[in-house]
Amino acid sequence: MIFFWTDTLFFMLLLMLAATIIRTRRKEHLRRPWRKVARSKSAMVSLTVLIFYFGFAVLDSVHFHPSEGQSGAGKFKTEAMSLLDWWASPLRQRVEKTYSAPFATIGYAREAIRDTNGVSRWAYPRLQYGGIHLTDPENGKTRDILQTGLKGLLHGFLAWLGLVVLLISYRARLAGMSIQQCGVEITQGRTEIPWRAMFITLLLILLVSFGLGELSLKYHVFGTDKVGEDVFFQSLKSIRTGLLIGTLTTFITLPLALVLGIMAGYFRGWVDDIIQYLYTTLNSIPGVLLIAASMLLMQAYMARHEDEFASLALRADFRLLFLCMILGLTSWTGLCRLLRAETLKLREMEYVQAARALGVHQGNILFHHILPNVFHLVLISVALDFSSLVLAEAVLSYVNIGVDPTTESWGNMINSARLEMAREPVVWWSLSAAFVFMFALVLSANLFADAVRDAFDPRRVE
Amino acid sequence: MIQYLIRRILYAVPLLVGVNIITFVLFFVVNSPDDMARMHLGQKRVTTEAIAKWKHERGYDLPMFKNDKAEGINQFTETIFYQKSVGLFLFRFGRADNGEDIGADISQRMWPSLAIAAPTLLVGLLVHVSLALMLVFFRMTYLEFWGVALCVALMSISSMFYIIGGQFLMGKLLQLTPISGYDLGLNALKFLALPVIISVIAGIGSGVRWYRTLFLEEVEKDYVRTARAKGLSETTVLFTHVLKNAMIPILTGVVVVLPMLFIGSLITESFFSIPGLGSYTIDAINKQDFAIVRAMVFLGSALYILGLLLTDISYTLVDPRVRLN
Repeated sequence: MIFFWTDTLFFMLLLMLAATIIRTRRKEHLRRPWRKVARSKSAMVSLTVLIFYFGFAVLDSVHFHPSEGQSGAGKFKTEAMSLLDWWASPLRQRVEKTYSAPFATIGYAREAIRDTNGVSRWAYPRLQYGGIHLTDPENGKTRDILQTGLKGLLHGFLAWLGLVVLLISYRARLAGMSIQQCGVEITQGRTEIPWRAMFITLLLILLVSFGLGELSLKYHVFGTDKVGEDVFFQSLKSIRTGLLIGTLTTFITLPLALVLGIMAGYFRGWVDDIIQYLYTTLNSIPGVLLIAASMLLMQAYMARHEDEFASLALRADFRLLFLCMILGLTSWTGLCRLLRAETLKLREMEYVQAARALGVHQGNILFHHILPNVFHLVLISVALDFSSLVLAEAVLSYVNIGVDPTTESWGNMINSARLEMAREPVVWWSLSAAFVFMFALVLSANLFADAVRDAFDPRRVE
Repeated sequence: MIQYLIRRILYAVPLLVGVNIITFVLFFVVNSPDDMARMHLGQKRVTTEAIAKWKHERGYDLPMFKNDKAEGINQFTETIFYQKSVGLFLFRFGRADNGEDIGADISQRMWPSLAIAAPTLLVGLLVHVSLALMLVFFRMTYLEFWGVALCVALMSISSMFYIIGGQFLMGKLLQLTPISGYDLGLNALKFLALPVIISVIAGIGSGVRWYRTLFLEEVEKDYVRTARAKGLSETTVLFTHVLKNAMIPILTGVVVVLPMLFIGSLITESFFSIPGLGSYTIDAINKQDFAIVRAMVFLGSALYILGLLLTDISYTLVDPRVRLN
């Protein structure tokens, strides 16, 4: 096992999330808004999708050095591998020569092929891996795709059935009713949490992923890119990058915004002036330009300290982390301003005044009376920022100030594929794959964030 | 009023100083000019003479803050800080790494940026506000539900896909407009159409949602109920009462971005190869030209602060309830 910086931070974040959930479960007043979120169909459906994405990100964040026995050659010894890499080895290793369309069995470009008689002719070569098991690709392909796909769908359905039975029986035991009763309730949609919608989403996800998974063992389901790598595999790897950028940024934004915002609102006076000056100044520098400047500086820094970043993976990891930090530095100001305004309001409230009159220590007031009451703002802003951060990554990668070019990310996929639209025939698959994966993530994040905002924003009446 | 204006302008000065200091620290303290020279000349096999020459050509071979060799006031003017940073206040941007005058480049390139950004803003405002009004008009119906759902979906698409998709559809399949490029005078129109249309469409999701919340806030207010109660039709209420009052936040939101129109959009300009400031910045980033990036950071911030200033002023003009102290 080895831990990259981003891995460690990501797991820390997940632990913190788990701790928050456990804490929230115990307190009724914290549970109430969440229950409202749980009642929303769109939120729970999105949550299912998000959990699925997070699962992939977690798989891709557990890195280890494959032992020499497994990889055979010493070449792999220095290269760290994630669980996802290991799991999807067939996808990772089957690299074609260059582009190939989804489900293709023949190459993208014609080349000179020498047949058995030694005569060379100009034709499309068979792919090295895609559909190699077929003897007669022209006739057998559709049938084979259908067969394999159906097999995958069946597996997906079985997996879903198992999961659902497990979940229902767990829920039935918790609620103290029979499994049958519980099942009927869910199918009729009478439960408080929209289990039926969630189960349907789960079914769709499992069907699609098992179907694609089964097919991807034989074909390149989303084709291959310029250097022949499987696009499906790239898209899966990009999930981690996207999620990390969306979440790790909070490590910078939250401490800065919370400490400075609450201090400015609570202490007022010169503290307030300084903090306001600080965030107005930072805010007036256009975000992209500040990020660009910082990334340029980081490149110079990495060039100066070349020996500290021995491996390519380490470099890429550092760059990803730095990008998260910079994005955090440019995006805390909005939340800080909100927190300041809210604290200004709260400090005049009677309960805070009472605490002060009773001689409660200032730190205690801040921690126990102010902080819990501004936390809904933090939650809303984190949820709302997530999707815009994922989208920002794509744009930044296009401007070459995003993640390392060797890191798989949707931005890099778009960037390397955008010129291919001019080719004939059009190479559309990289773009479409990035589009589908990004759209699903951002859409569910948006829907979930909306539900969170509706539930936690006190200005919105029920 | 004059007094208020002067106070607001004076307030902008420390902000600009702050921005200046941040850029100075980022570009000269965190990274010394030696590092920049090495980045340009190659990392390893580079002689100290070459670095010294590179620095001298660009005026980076001066001391940071205080020049002991010079005399009198020159002790402070012949320094990197004075030469490179203070000049920014007078919009003297110095020279780029290839020796061109950045100021001249900027004044030439800001017009194409404006030619894209201004119509985008106007058309976008018109389209987004009318769509939002329509959603509010049909509130509590299926039309609203699906409209809002569509907005969320549109919001979830990366702007790059709008551009790539639009270029592919309009430029390649339908061949209505050129895919990219720019021309002077009236010829520019055909090049501008596609980027403007795409930018407006890409902004529909967030724009319409934002204006809709503004209208919805207004629709709940008492004066609207009064207007309805005295028998005005829903259209009159919406267009004369709600729209007029919601115009205050809308207009001030527009005013704040007005100066920024000169800066242009980074990705739109580079995708459509429009010779504006956005593509200028991107080229500079790719060439790792620190001087240009520094100038653009300062210019962008200055324009943003100008926008804030204009917003404050427009508030006092539009909304008589705002007092000037």
